[in-house]
Amino acid sequence: MIDKQVRTVAEALEGLQDGAAIMISGFGEAGVPAELIDGVVAQGASDLTIISNNAGTGDVGIAALIGAGRVRKVICSYPRMVGSRHFEERYRAGELELELVPQGNLAARIQAAGSGLGAIFTPTGYGTKLAEGKETREIDGRHYVLEYPIQADVALVKAYKADRWGNLVYRKAARNFGPIMAMAGKTTIVQVEEIDPLGTLDPETVVTPGIFVDRIVRIADAGKAAA
Amino acid sequence: MSAADTIQRLDKQQLARRVARDIPEGAYVNLGIGLPTQVANYLDSAGDYFLHSENGILGMGPAPDEDHIDWDLINAGKQPVTLLNGGCFFHHGDSFSMMRGGHIDICVMGAYQVSTRGDLANWHTGDPDAIPAVGGAMDLAIGAKQVFVMMNLLTKTGESKLVEHCTYPLTGLGCVSRIYSELGVIDLGPDGAKVVEMVDNLTLERLREMTGVDLTMAQ
Repeated sequence: MIDKQVRTVAEALEGLQDGAAIMISGFGEAGVPAELIDGVVAQGASDLTIISNNAGTGDVGIAALIGAGRVRKVICSYPRMVGSRHFEERYRAGELELELVPQGNLAARIQAAGSGLGAIFTPTGYGTKLAEGKETREIDGRHYVLEYPIQADVALVKAYKADRWGNLVYRKAARNFGPIMAMAGKTTIVQVEEIDPLGTLDPETVVTPGIFVDRIVRIADAGKAAA
Repeated sequence: MSAADTIQRLDKQQLARRVARDIPEGAYVNLGIGLPTQVANYLDSAGDYFLHSENGILGMGPAPDEDHIDWDLINAGKQPVTLLNGGCFFHHGDSFSMMRGGHIDICVMGAYQVSTRGDLANWHTGDPDAIPAVGGAMDLAIGAKQVFVMMNLLTKTGESKLVEHCTYPLTGLGCVSRIYSELGVIDLGPDGAKVVEMVDNLTLERLREMTGVDLTMAQ
């Protein structure tokens, strides 16, 4: 019998190494696997590369990892948010490398990694500072920039429900980066609110097939509306 | 009283109403953060408009009342929103394919500068101390079928944001089709800037003086 469920966050993160590249789902607060990130803080791995749309706010989540000096590099589209002071401090001090990627290129490069593509030609960013020094090509009269896949050792994803095979259902706009990051991680670790018996998730509503998922951990009441 | 004093500049709400007038029913539309968001208030509530949010929503509705806030249902500005009947969710890959793939009909954005040929600068002031952040601006700029910029043509100190060449870092090349401003509507393209309409008591000559760029009337 295959059961991808593990009992604790610590068990879910087993084997996480110093120097790892970690993808983290979420847009703003929606879809952020907060308990798994707390688990990384507690686990102790450092010299990390974080791939996520934002770079965290306040003193929790990605911001806590950055604040603790555990992050070497951030690959994201929008690090500057209200309360993103840990990112700001480390970045200004030159202690944190930033690779700024237009949001759609971030998504496409993550998809390229999960889909086994060697590179993509994207029109986004052509002629701008973010494409400086990059190879370009004109195809049918349109200009494109060559961009490479973003690989990750580990993808941390938040979904709503799973079954023991790792099939995932998401909730509303918290889906955001989850499905594409789940495909790109060498090891994909998912936190969910519910694990349902096999055969009870409607197969027509499964967004991420279990083939992309390695470990699932249930976090009771995670991600309920803040109100 | 000089002529400049009698120019009937549009305020923000009038400007949002003016942009809304050019969005046809059935359009798939992305409204940028800030002022462009207010365009939604002036779309005909009896009509079907498809508002797209980059984080994976089509059929986005207005803000909920306090009792119905759901932090899994937010817009690109991370504010709580609602889903209209018929609305749906999708992941980021699909969301940006909607832009890059030319499926979004219209996007409305703000800008620091726009060139007469439609180059857009709206993601970075060029200040070396600024923390850079780009989000979805570059994807929207080159992806939507029509890019409308909604901005005041003149800064508070009277400098023109419509320029021959952008000096701020570019978001996209030749991507803006039209500017909606406090002073009028201007089409942009390879042939330069063409004035579609001006507010009352403004002349083409005066608008040329104020912006310092070459302007002609649209045919």
